Amino acid sequence: MRRDRIIFETVRTTLTILIALLIGYVILLFATDKANEAFKWFLLGPLSTKRRIVELLNRTTPLIFTGLAVSVVFQAEIFNIGAEGQLFFGAVAATFAALYFPHIKFLQIILVMLFAMAAGGAWAAVPAYMKAKWNASELVSSLMMNYVAFFFGLYLVNYHMRDVNAGALVSYRFPRTAWLPRMLRRYNLHPGILIAIGFALLVWFFLYRTKYGYELRMVGKNKEFARFSGIKVENVVIYSQIISGMIAGLAGAIELMGLYKRFVWQMTPGYGFDGIIVALLARNNPLMVIPAALFISYLRTGSYVMGRMTGIAPEIVVMLQAIMILLITAEAFLAFWKRRMIEKSAMSREE
Amino acid sequence: MNEVIKSILSAQFFYSVLRVTTPVLFAALGALLSDVAGVINIALEGLMLMSAFWGVMVSAWTGSAWIGLLAGVASAVLLSLALAYFHLNLKTDLILAGIALNMFASGSTVFLLYLFSGDKGSSSSVKSYVLPNVDIPGIKNIPILGDILSGHHVLTYIAFLSVFVVQYLIYKTPLGLRMRAVGENPNAAQSVGISVKRIKYTSLVLSGLMAGLGGAFLSMGYVSWFARDMTNGRGFIGLAAQALGGKSAYGSMWGALLFGAAEATSYTLQAIRIPSEFTNMLPFIFTIIALIIYARAKIMQIKKIREKQTSHEEVGL
Repeated sequence: MRRDRIIFETVRTTLTILIALLIGYVILLFATDKANEAFKWFLLGPLSTKRRIVELLNRTTPLIFTGLAVSVVFQAEIFNIGAEGQLFFGAVAATFAALYFPHIKFLQIILVMLFAMAAGGAWAAVPAYMKAKWNASELVSSLMMNYVAFFFGLYLVNYHMRDVNAGALVSYRFPRTAWLPRMLRRYNLHPGILIAIGFALLVWFFLYRTKYGYELRMVGKNKEFARFSGIKVENVVIYSQIISGMIAGLAGAIELMGLYKRFVWQMTPGYGFDGIIVALLARNNPLMVIPAALFISYLRTGSYVMGRMTGIAPEIVVMLQAIMILLITAEAFLAFWKRRMIEKSAMSREE
Repeated sequence: MNEVIKSILSAQFFYSVLRVTTPVLFAALGALLSDVAGVINIALEGLMLMSAFWGVMVSAWTGSAWIGLLAGVASAVLLSLALAYFHLNLKTDLILAGIALNMFASGSTVFLLYLFSGDKGSSSSVKSYVLPNVDIPGIKNIPILGDILSGHHVLTYIAFLSVFVVQYLIYKTPLGLRMRAVGENPNAAQSVGISVKRIKYTSLVLSGLMAGLGGAFLSMGYVSWFARDMTNGRGFIGLAAQALGGKSAYGSMWGALLFGAAEATSYTLQAIRIPSEFTNMLPFIFTIIALIIYARAKIMQIKKIREKQTSHEEVGL
């Protein structure tokens, strides 16, 4: 039975991806007369040069983090979709910590990360508390918090930490003590991906091997049952969202310390919403988040390479992600096949 | 500070409240129309964006703002049909489907904008048309009141008229009765022969219609171009406004007006050189506070009812 389910989910996910790619190809056919060339760059671009492979890995890092953040709340059946704002505000907090905390080698990196985690956690705590205390919809309030994070963060950066000598609206450059080290000499591959993988293992251990993780999953499976079996549901609602926010906040810190060395965003980078498709592809399993994030990063990187080589807007990949979300969560999609499979296995057991 | 108070008390301020309320009011009515049938339409944001985009593009191609409006609204309705199909036929989770459609709208509008105009930020290079402003004869000449109520965009009037239409539809027509029945208890509605699926389809389409009008207002009235992600959370705020207003169109209207007042105030604050980043976040903070107050009041109400029940039981004993 369990094996059947895994086969079914794998086939369904693969089919979803293929359908989305096919739709992408059809869109390209309408958009350009060089569709084949564009599609080739899209599919193979990320592996075409070493620099692009590094780009692929670096882009995977924030997606693992936001995928984990979303998985944690989704496992508790909580629709806090504020990872975007938590990441953004975490990055703002990281900028503050990088600029104003004592410039001590190694120690500052840790402090910046902790500060960003605290900021992301605090941001997530608002909808969490509202939900637990007053039963206010975390969906709407977490969306509102995204916008507050964006505007408040921009205000803090543009008016208090802005480097007026830089050509663009960016913060001061971080001191070297707040840079993540390079792992390759010629390319800027930062160790964020290792930290992200470490966090995936950590979150897996938390969810499947600790009492708190068990309670969290129970609340997700059946809230009333969890309550009757003595789990304090309100506490779970709060700590699951705070943990999720801390992970998202950390992503913001690592992105800045590893890649940009200063605050550079005037738009939200979108990783929070990408985290939703990562979590869905991974079926909220922290270990599966790693390949899922790699896959989404692959699509993203492919779309940018395609954009650079052929002038097609890389936003096409956002459309494909949306189609994937729709098909993966569509329960009736391929349901007939699932039913047949269940019937077959039941028949064979009877014999 | 005096300056601020003076400008808040001016006719111009109230005029701008009605203006900035318009898109949120459409979104709130859209939220209400789906909510009464028990469907949370979180895709409002994307539906509005879609309509804003196609309104601009089609008006530029045809040279007619009205055909643009029609196309914009049609695109929003089409997308809400897609939402209904995925949710009702393919059993996709409603919230995730809504998020997906918001992503789809955001991605596809930027993709097509670049394809059509060569610009990814805005459609300023495309010559599009706007819908007219309307003076109301009679009211126009009344001092102050005329300045506040007359000369608005045609969709602003349609928005406020829609409040009454929607209220009538929900509470005075057979369709509205069915919608409420489905929202209240789908199984009971089914058992008396109402097609739950059909009613939910209808209310999502109506919801998309409202969102379409709101989106068209943004790009063909509020400003005269389309910009990337220009809805800027207005669809979500519409959801919040409706949540504050409960199941009545009037309630939704007051919720939307509250938000409109907050946004108009934030523009006033910008005039005295408070950074726009700071003032832009005020409506969202305001919405969060309103949600807290509303949720608290609701809990108190439930508590009171429970207390009453228990005291009745004691009397019964």
